[in-house]
Amino acid sequence: MKVAVIIFPGSNCDHDAYIAYKKILNQPTDFVWHKETDLSAYQIIVLPGGFSYGDYLRCGAIARFSPVMKEIVKKSKNGTKIIGICNGFQILTESGLLSGALIMNTNRKFICKDVYLRVENNKTGFTHLCKDEEILTIPIAHSEGNYYCSIEELNILKDNNQIVFRYCSSDGDIIPKANPNGSIDNIAGIINQSGNVLGMMPHPERNAEKLMGNSDGKKILASLLQDFIRD
Amino acid sequence: MKVKVTVVLKEGILDPQGKAVLHAINDLKFDNVQDVRIGKHIELTFKDQDKIVVEKEAKEICQKILSNPVMENFEYQIEEKP
Repeated sequence: MKVAVIIFPGSNCDHDAYIAYKKILNQPTDFVWHKETDLSAYQIIVLPGGFSYGDYLRCGAIARFSPVMKEIVKKSKNGTKIIGICNGFQILTESGLLSGALIMNTNRKFICKDVYLRVENNKTGFTHLCKDEEILTIPIAHSEGNYYCSIEELNILKDNNQIVFRYCSSDGDIIPKANPNGSIDNIAGIINQSGNVLGMMPHPERNAEKLMGNSDGKKILASLLQDFIRD
Repeated sequence: MKVKVTVVLKEGILDPQGKAVLHAINDLKFDNVQDVRIGKHIELTFKDQDKIVVEKEAKEICQKILSNPVMENFEYQIEEKP
């Protein structure tokens, strides 16, 4: 599996993602500048966190028109695994690869802390190394992580098991108090209907090894490396 | 030719900035104000002076990049004076 970590102007979690795949998971990994138009060599694409184009206009709104995005949309249709983390998630919703949008946190603050996530669907190519309803501790770091979608879209997400992570309490309860940013239905991460594009606000690449507190993030990043066949 | 675009959050979507500004306005004793919504103002200057062409392009630009239909509405106004 060859991994591409896309760099947009303003990406700042690209090195974390690169180190996680290259050094911790020992995968051939390249940085790929956003002007690139050929990703045929890669089976995994990471859209990293950061502030692409300074978050001008809306988070991810300008990056979604970077040349590389045409190729990413094309590859998403061929089943290539694509993970968008934080700003990467914002770019995926802006590009229409994932539904909904990420708006300002209800408390208007940039929140940087560890949160508890419950794995709502472990039958995906991104979570099959996690147990069903496993509680993960993963950091968030964002101002615009408040997931929003219409009720109709929310019902589609629920009906298709597309909600992959929800913010929860340390006991795994999905309660408003455990919701750091106001996301609808405590949503922290979703997948597309074909199951090959995941967006999540928390940063698994920031705790992909024990040195960083725990290695819960590694379970997600490592899941991508193995084939997962849906029932 | 100039086009002035306004982008605002759709009704029903929480606007935390607006809420904070509302509280400040109320703190200034302007109790008459009951809601504040904050949007964006964008000005586009076109080379072309053909109103039909400009309007068509402006609309497309608003739909494609200046607004996100999931959460925002837009309106625009064409200024014909140079």
